[in-house]
Amino acid sequence: MLSDLAWLPKAPADFRERVRALRAEVAAPADGLYERALTLATTALDENQLGQLSKVVAELAASPKAPPQFSKVKLGLLGDGTLSLLSPVIAGSGVRHGLLLEAIQGDYGSAVQQAMDPGSSLHAAGLDMLLVATDARSLGLNRSAESLETADRRVAAAFAQIKLIVEGLKPAVAAAVMVQTIVPPIEPLFGSFDRVEKTSGYAMVAELNDRLRDWAAEGAVVLVDIARLAGTIGLERWDAPGHWHASKLPFAPEMAPVYGDVIARTVASLRGRARKCLVLDLDNTLWGGVIGDDGVAGIALGQGSAAGEAFLEIQQTALELRRRGVVLAVCSKNEEAAALLPFREHPEMVLKEDHIAVFQANWTDKAANLKAIAETLNIGVDALVFLDDNPAERAQVRRELPVVAVPELPEEPSLYPRLLMAAGYFEAVAFTQDDRDRAAMYQANAARAAAVQASGDLDSYLASLDMVCTIRPVDAVTRPRVAQLINKSNQFNLTTRRYTEAQVEAAEADPRRHASQIRLVDKFGDNGIICVLIADRAGDAWEIDTWLMSCRVLGRRVQEAALAHLAGAARADGAKKLVGRYIPSPKNAMVREHYAKLGFTQTSETVEGETTWELDLAAYEAPSLPMVIDDLGAQPLAAAS
Amino acid sequence: MPHETILAELREIMLDVFDIDELDLTDATTAEDVEEWDSLSHVRLVVAVERKFGFKFKNSEIESLKTVGDLVRLIESKTA
Repeated sequence: MLSDLAWLPKAPADFRERVRALRAEVAAPADGLYERALTLATTALDENQLGQLSKVVAELAASPKAPPQFSKVKLGLLGDGTLSLLSPVIAGSGVRHGLLLEAIQGDYGSAVQQAMDPGSSLHAAGLDMLLVATDARSLGLNRSAESLETADRRVAAAFAQIKLIVEGLKPAVAAAVMVQTIVPPIEPLFGSFDRVEKTSGYAMVAELNDRLRDWAAEGAVVLVDIARLAGTIGLERWDAPGHWHASKLPFAPEMAPVYGDVIARTVASLRGRARKCLVLDLDNTLWGGVIGDDGVAGIALGQGSAAGEAFLEIQQTALELRRRGVVLAVCSKNEEAAALLPFREHPEMVLKEDHIAVFQANWTDKAANLKAIAETLNIGVDALVFLDDNPAERAQVRRELPVVAVPELPEEPSLYPRLLMAAGYFEAVAFTQDDRDRAAMYQANAARAAAVQASGDLDSYLASLDMVCTIRPVDAVTRPRVAQLINKSNQFNLTTRRYTEAQVEAAEADPRRHASQIRLVDKFGDNGIICVLIADRAGDAWEIDTWLMSCRVLGRRVQEAALAHLAGAARADGAKKLVGRYIPSPKNAMVREHYAKLGFTQTSETVEGETTWELDLAAYEAPSLPMVIDDLGAQPLAAAS
Repeated sequence: MPHETILAELREIMLDVFDIDELDLTDATTAEDVEEWDSLSHVRLVVAVERKFGFKFKNSEIESLKTVGDLVRLIESKTA
């Protein structure tokens, strides 16, 4: 089931013609090329079809007209078996994950030499990522060792070899290095005792995998758990000694499509393209039966029946996903009151209303509802996965919204969790506190969006948020977050000047510099530090060196509070005017008119578009804002004016 | 399955495996005659034939093949 990519619909019969049509389009892409490529790739393709698709990828990657929705990635592929069968499969699978993946493979049998030689073609290729694809046979771990000492030595040598490759090439790799776990040999030597006896090939592979795991836990490499993939599919089907002997293929060639998908989804996750939200249908997806017809007492859910237990497992899977940061939403053709009944009244429901960030139960078509869900959560439609038992609904969503992931499901609901999870939509390479909090954060955003809709006009909405804006000097506690913002804010950033933590510390201590940070709390939660200001005394003016804000608080009038703070502090210091500067970057066009909107007058403009602005402090009056302002850093403005 | 039917099926498989539009396939055709037929695409061809006809080759059987005619006769004997 999984080796056939059963979560994907079948490839169209005219697949080859469609790939031809895509290739013909590369030189002059028409609208929707991205969606057409995605639709074609999001089917259960075999290794030949993926190879055909990889030719489109190669041509698009070389074309300046490639659709911008694709992420381009150059992936180096290094190992000791024959990898040339795998690289087109990986590149073809990448399309399914929004990638234009160029797989550049090392020469057969010389991985270490190529990694260590700074003059090798792989060093010069400009790699974004690297995959080290080794296996038990090429590492010499498929046969038992003569002694305990030899076993230790062999494991250490295998680990050292992988490390040598990684460390040799790491300086030439921009983003990340992936290392595969090793598939254990199938044939037992002693039998079950192999696991205990450290000289067995089985035990040596287990020991090496433990070391790889520890290495990945330190953050040095990203693990791709091929050992687990092979085990899930079945080692007997995975391993093909005949193909190893004939062509040095590391595993059965018919496993290439699922292998390629696992590699591609890991690359996509490293590129931030993993899905963020699971949208659930209700009837016959979260419970058995139709709530509108069967009522709370009539639906199948919970212990006591096979069907009821299967639906319970689906809900538990969804809840587990929420705990690791995946946002949950509901999209169902139902009366809302009926759809909510099980959440409120059924004793066996694992999912509660609180777990669902957006609840869309109505009679509108599902594609429209999915769009509304993405909008409410302020995420892309391409961040959604839609789980629905109804093949007609799945087909409609795939046709209308090709970027939404819609897994195929078998008739049997007990297999829904397996298909959903095998597809790897939510592939992650790390798990942080932010991830744990993410589902709650998106939910708070959705609640804010709902509130603005309910209140109708912006000012009363802002007033209803109970915002508290706290303005303080940057200090040792806030410094790391301030430095992080200085180094990663691109859009709402007037000058895009980057400073290290040490430079920020120096600015705090410098009597001629003023460095503040602003925190915003509202009734839905703490947004954290959302603004950094650095200004310099220069004669009778204060020059604003750095003004950046987090985009998540746009439209909340926080910039006006920030200006009031700067104006107050500058006045208290005896300054007559504020001077602002806008330095254009590829990403900060949204703040080109920032100072104009705040009432500054433009004083200069260079040919590059850099502008300077002035605000006369004598004429400035702080506006009344829909928030409580807690500012220790400035004199009360009323007293100053 | 008749010899000619297998040959026609094989041609379809090869168009897909080698990703070509034209192929004049006879019993006498060898790998030399098809530019895209190299050792690597040969592996994919073997897998595609196995998938289509529902059996597995032995390495020794594959190594003994000289022409397309040999392959067709091998498929005949394995599907008989």
